[in-house]
Amino acid sequence: MNILVCLKQTFDTEEKVMIQEGQICEEGVKFIINPYDEYAVEEAMKLSEQFGGEITVVTVGPVRAESALRTALAMGADKAIIVNDETLFGDEYTISKVLAAVARQIPYDIIIAGYMSVDSGAVQGGPRLAEELGIAHISTVTKLDIEGNQLKAERDVEGDVEVIYASLPILITAQQGLNEPRYPSLMGIMKAKKKPLERLNADDLGLSAEEVRAKTEIIDQFAAPKKPVGRILEGGVEKQVIELVALLRK
Amino acid sequence: MSSKILVLAEAREGKLRNVSYEVLAAARRVANGGSVIAAVFGSQGEQYVSQLAHYGADQVYVVDQSELERYTPDAYTQAFIQLFEAVKPDVVFMAHTAVGRDLAPRAAARLGYGLVSDCTDVVMEEGQILFTRPIYAGKAFQKKRVIDGIVFATIRANNIALGEADTARTAEKIELKVELKDLRTTVKELVCKTSGGVDLSEAKIVVAGGRGVKSADGFKPLEQLAKALGGAVGASRGACDAGYCDYSLQIGQTGKVITPDLYIACGISGAIQHVAGMSNSKVIVAINKDPEAPIFQIADYGIVGDLFEVVPLLTEEFRKVGGSS
Repeated sequence: MNILVCLKQTFDTEEKVMIQEGQICEEGVKFIINPYDEYAVEEAMKLSEQFGGEITVVTVGPVRAESALRTALAMGADKAIIVNDETLFGDEYTISKVLAAVARQIPYDIIIAGYMSVDSGAVQGGPRLAEELGIAHISTVTKLDIEGNQLKAERDVEGDVEVIYASLPILITAQQGLNEPRYPSLMGIMKAKKKPLERLNADDLGLSAEEVRAKTEIIDQFAAPKKPVGRILEGGVEKQVIELVALLRK
Repeated sequence: MSSKILVLAEAREGKLRNVSYEVLAAARRVANGGSVIAAVFGSQGEQYVSQLAHYGADQVYVVDQSELERYTPDAYTQAFIQLFEAVKPDVVFMAHTAVGRDLAPRAAARLGYGLVSDCTDVVMEEGQILFTRPIYAGKAFQKKRVIDGIVFATIRANNIALGEADTARTAEKIELKVELKDLRTTVKELVCKTSGGVDLSEAKIVVAGGRGVKSADGFKPLEQLAKALGGAVGASRGACDAGYCDYSLQIGQTGKVITPDLYIACGISGAIQHVAGMSNSKVIVAINKDPEAPIFQIADYGIVGDLFEVVPLLTEEFRKVGGSS
């Protein structure tokens, strides 16, 4: 089974976000594989352990994102592709067109991506990519079983669980709870250094900046408004509880 | 320029979802003398026409077909595209719910448009629609606009203020038949874990527990408080990782990002990744034994104490005074 995993490098979730003149400051920030994409890599590993086949991880992003690909390779993926061509950066419309162009060059039975990225939080990549490729998709998957080309998935729907039947090829997006991502082993890290990492640009993909130009634009970015300092209540617990309820009823 | 705005309304357990009214309110803001057209998929559609009118719809399309009873990407995308072609809107708004956030990108991609998802504010400025949306789960925000093609957006629950219902308003009902074929995914079964309860992402009041809750049983007093307040129960990653509750309850940068009117954090220390998921709540109450816990820095009101003592007392007091106002 050939598996394509789409991933993005993001800020560590314990990082604060600083903004200067509308731009996010990246200085000194620790980057990680987007946590939901890490579930995607792990699920791909489980499928390849079960069925064999090759795992390709792909990202669209700057050079720094190569370290996220190396981590995925160290977890066990076979090869990696980065599209680090700035003329192909843009919004979700753009990125899904670029990922689709990559996917068309690789044989796949299933595509796995995180359900969302914890930075932009747009939740568009999976459904858009499936649509570009003309395949079905299932979002927020928490359990996956494949037999032959038949697939049974459980998906989270606002806390309820749907059991979905479908067949390959398909795109699924990973929700928390799907699996417990492994840590790369020392051996895995050593091996990852020798695994292929391909760098692609617009020409390699037969794309022009014009045809993937963003449909939306960021006008401004700003920090969350600071809240005024709150109040720690005082006195006996019962008095505090009565005071709190009175304050909340105001 | 007056616009034609298409709004996809959603029902859950036989009632229109509150967020659908909020999406209508957002649509009225940008209609600018134009019309707001609502649509409902599924067999219950007809009963919602007058409510949708009261909150701002001028026309209501009802697409009543058995394949649309439950959401599947293929059936809903096909139905939506045919609806889109019938209405020919300038702007499309959906709720940022399980349905909206899955359908909107797929439908926008099929039509070749952009999408601004998970918006917390929508304004008209100099004839343009400007959207505000959180990034990094609310650690920061961005303003966006659509620069090419039809405007698609999804709107997050609990952020757009609702006006009073205008019961004198009426809307024309239009029944639309759509052709649905080659549906590639099938919902075989639905396991309801939340039935009867309040949905976390739309809840006005959330009572959340962290590691301080100590066990699955430790969530019981929180559930009782949530019940007394008509709210939902949530949790921090710490509590989910420790196995005290299901991941579907997790609030944070991984997990759900919510903005209720009242958030009561019980035994939650306030890790950055958790705070990102709830810091935009209107009022935050923190209950924690540790006076140094970072959660107190973002709380409006704090009680330093044992949650197992404080929470039952709170429940009792709220019951006594008759819930929150």
